[in-house]
Amino acid sequence: MSGIKVNTKINGDPVEFMCEPDETLLDVLRNRLNLTGAKEGCSTGDCGACSVTVDGRLTCSCLVLGAEAEGHNIGTIEGMAHGEELHPLQKKFIEHAALQCGVCTPGFLIAAKSLLDKNPDPTETEIRFGLAGNLCRCTGYDKIVRAVQDAAKDMRKSNSRKGA
Amino acid sequence: MAKVIVWGSLKPHTGGKTTVEIEARNVQELLARLGETYPGLQNQIKRGVSVSIDGLIYREGWLEPLKPDSEVFLLPRMQGG
Amino acid sequence: MPLDNAPDSKRKYNVVGTRPLRPDGIDKVTGRAKFGADATAPGQLVGRILRSPHAHAKIRSIDTSKAEKLAGVKAVITRDDFPDHTDGDSGLYDTMYNIMAREKALYEGHAVAAVAATTPAIARQALKLIKVDYEVLPHVTDVDDAMKSNAPVLNNKMFTDGVDPKPKKASNVARRFEFGHGDVEAGFKRADIIVERSFKTEATHQGYIEPHAALASMSPDGSAELWCCTQGHYMVRDVCARILGIDISRLRVTQSEIGGGFGGKTTVFIEPVALALSRKANRPVKVVMTRDEVFKATGPTSATSMDIKIGVTKDGLITAADGTFRYTGGPFAGCSPAEFGAMSAFAQFHLDNVRAIGYDVLCNRPKTISYRAPGAPMANFAVESVIEELAHKLGMAPIDFRIKNAAREGTRSSYGPVYGQIGLGATLEAAKNHPHFKAPLGPNQGRGMAAGFWFNFGGQSCVSLNIPIDGTITVSVGSPDIGGSRASMCMMVAEELGIGYDQVRAIIADTSSLGHNDVTDGSRTTFATGMACILAARDAIKKLCARAAATWGIPEDAVTWEKGYAKPAGANAGNFQPLSLKEIAAASPGTGGPIAGHHEYSADGAGVSFATHICDIEIDQETGASKIVRYTVIQDAGKAVHPSYVEGQFQGGAVQGIGWALNEEYIYGKDGRLQNAGFLDYRIPVCSDLPMIDTMILEIPNPGHPYGVRGVGETSIVPPLAAIANAVAAATGVRFTQLPMSPPRILKGIEDAKASGAKKAA
Repeated sequence: MSGIKVNTKINGDPVEFMCEPDETLLDVLRNRLNLTGAKEGCSTGDCGACSVTVDGRLTCSCLVLGAEAEGHNIGTIEGMAHGEELHPLQKKFIEHAALQCGVCTPGFLIAAKSLLDKNPDPTETEIRFGLAGNLCRCTGYDKIVRAVQDAAKDMRKSNSRKGA
Repeated sequence: MAKVIVWGSLKPHTGGKTTVEIEARNVQELLARLGETYPGLQNQIKRGVSVSIDGLIYREGWLEPLKPDSEVFLLPRMQGG
Repeated sequence: MPLDNAPDSKRKYNVVGTRPLRPDGIDKVTGRAKFGADATAPGQLVGRILRSPHAHAKIRSIDTSKAEKLAGVKAVITRDDFPDHTDGDSGLYDTMYNIMAREKALYEGHAVAAVAATTPAIARQALKLIKVDYEVLPHVTDVDDAMKSNAPVLNNKMFTDGVDPKPKKASNVARRFEFGHGDVEAGFKRADIIVERSFKTEATHQGYIEPHAALASMSPDGSAELWCCTQGHYMVRDVCARILGIDISRLRVTQSEIGGGFGGKTTVFIEPVALALSRKANRPVKVVMTRDEVFKATGPTSATSMDIKIGVTKDGLITAADGTFRYTGGPFAGCSPAEFGAMSAFAQFHLDNVRAIGYDVLCNRPKTISYRAPGAPMANFAVESVIEELAHKLGMAPIDFRIKNAAREGTRSSYGPVYGQIGLGATLEAAKNHPHFKAPLGPNQGRGMAAGFWFNFGGQSCVSLNIPIDGTITVSVGSPDIGGSRASMCMMVAEELGIGYDQVRAIIADTSSLGHNDVTDGSRTTFATGMACILAARDAIKKLCARAAATWGIPEDAVTWEKGYAKPAGANAGNFQPLSLKEIAAASPGTGGPIAGHHEYSADGAGVSFATHICDIEIDQETGASKIVRYTVIQDAGKAVHPSYVEGQFQGGAVQGIGWALNEEYIYGKDGRLQNAGFLDYRIPVCSDLPMIDTMILEIPNPGHPYGVRGVGETSIVPPLAAIANAVAAATGVRFTQLPMSPPRILKGIEDAKASGAKKAA
């Protein structure tokens, strides 16, 4: 067994782990670090259920090797809420019934946050293309798009309050 | 006597009839007598049937009472997704 | 048993019909919810399955000796580890055959052996060391080819059931079904216009995002635990125990959160394999499918071939309808939903003469399993396409043609029984008056519609309701929550008890904690398990009233329950201050101990369901690419308990139907191997493909439920295929009779029409 030692930051915390050279970041998160919020839906980068951010950039963690996380900042669903306070997207997903089974939800939330970080006021079309890498089989996406629109509105309001 | 209607492909087992009359107080009795009278139906009954009684579908419900003039349809056992 | 207490249409609801937050919401948005693959056990091994590369092959021998010797391998199993305990139950035998091949591998991806090892790498290596000696046989995957007299026969003991005389030659046609009434030949004689067409649809997969996962722990003494994602953990328990030959009560199955099912998780695949590996290794074993395995060895629904013939008078009355429906069932008999296709195909019409013939056909594809309203969408596609064509020939608006011939109360349905109160007419009228119906269309756009039907059913449910000393409520149900049903269960209990929704919490109990519950299928959970929740709450109310009566020293029947309080029934009962649920609960240790309500039954009276869909589509005439520009779902919900989740069912079903109509298909090569076993090539709809999906909930109460609830989960996938085909026909002038209507197929249709038009002009 030729383990590789990796130093990284996950959700802001320093994390050190050992992994095999062929082990994906998704496997490391799920099987070594017990961060099972990212899901494996396909392992080919087609479903987005394993979405994380790497240095703020939306990434399918099934397409990245664990060893490649060395020196990078990884963001996962487990780091989205601040203490007891849910992220506005998390709140709006629940309020709008934007999840049915919920297995794709962590991936959608990471992707939606990544979209709103870059574009705080997206059109419906921009939201739809921003989330096109994530598959949901339950909802038909309608309520997901509405939840993201509503969360974006709230976030803009609170940002402008902060700005003023 | 309850009127029992079987689906078309069971006709060979009921002497070519789609409607047969059976004296029975409930579904369990009806299925038992149906199987006794038409042994060819036993296979299907064993495999599973649902029934509709006067328009309402029962997936199980062996003890469901029958009225003397009830119209009972034998249906394949219901499944869903 | 239908309830005597039919819904009170004037009843005012406090909780039912509102949109509270789901109780498991926070777990699911924070990544905390535990799905099938998220479980671990101390000392667990990795289980992996070896699958047949051949579509059809005799398995001469399997040599596992090298794999067994590999360091880190703790168990290797094959067909020899599944001795036949099925005792003549052919359905159970087929299920066992499907989870581990016996004499033959019957489709590409059929499991032939499995290993349990200490690491994934060792498990993978061990699979490569297993030597299977195959004798490759001729195969067949297409339904029409499989029915030909010279087709390779999968099972030489299969003689078509339901034909007279009984055939002497074995074939792939397992069963023939026939439904209908009247005299279709006579009906066609009275017709002024007859349209006759043939249709084909490809198999689609349920496409749940969560692959199957199971964690099994079985001891040599025969006691076992299983954690898995399933639509029915009691079914998993019963089937696994019988396959493994152990007592049902020794196997405890805990249902994880489930990442979608749509019918695809109503049977077992890896669960008995994980248990058998665990028994042999005497260690916990976790098996998780890859997406490739999900496509090749689970699901899908049937591929079909259908002929439809419908005749009408020139005033637009249907005189006869006739259809033949051939459905693939995979390699085992009785697995295709051909009978439900044939039964549901014409169910939305009032017909004096109707005949529907179904064929259940074997082929070398994975064992067909239910997919949302199993069998109905493809039959509806064929029938509603012909209906639209007839309306155009008559010069009638298709909506008016449908309204004129719609099934109504008192109609003898095409599958036999006479309808009671149904909501089809209401959905059609609502469609006609909907703003969508009158909205202008842009260039290259077409509008289509279709109406669809599903049976719905009830089935067995068992519910337990406990009241701790602070008067809050826990409800234990045994129906897996796939789309927010915990919320609906809590709402119905709160409604009955007259307390707030936030005072009630529901959990999904494991198989050892609660009586049997049928699989979550047939749109049954909100109806049947929901009604069991209502009746369990009423049982608890009776006990709460008895405690109040004992406290006051008056007879039990002198106490009534109102808005969360026990009260003396009238002035004669005495003058006592009402006792709240909280007060009765707090006193319970001294008044007789814990208070609980229960209900267990087999629910019937589910009430059939109808929907009408309207679709606008835009076609790029240069490329054949399509874009749904507007979509509206109108469906009867009886009574919507949580309207947001009812809308969600409407929208989700519609979008699965959109995928089926436009893109999704199983593509087989000449070698009988699936060529698109991944989400890149098997293309389910993504967010950017779609518009918002508008919904309209109609509430025509179901007399079989105290609130009037009907199941809503399945009907929404029935009309989209035809609605879209009709919209495409309107946009292009070409009638497509084969699904999916993928861009290359649409483009070819447009070009062929142009060429034949040019030929005619010349």
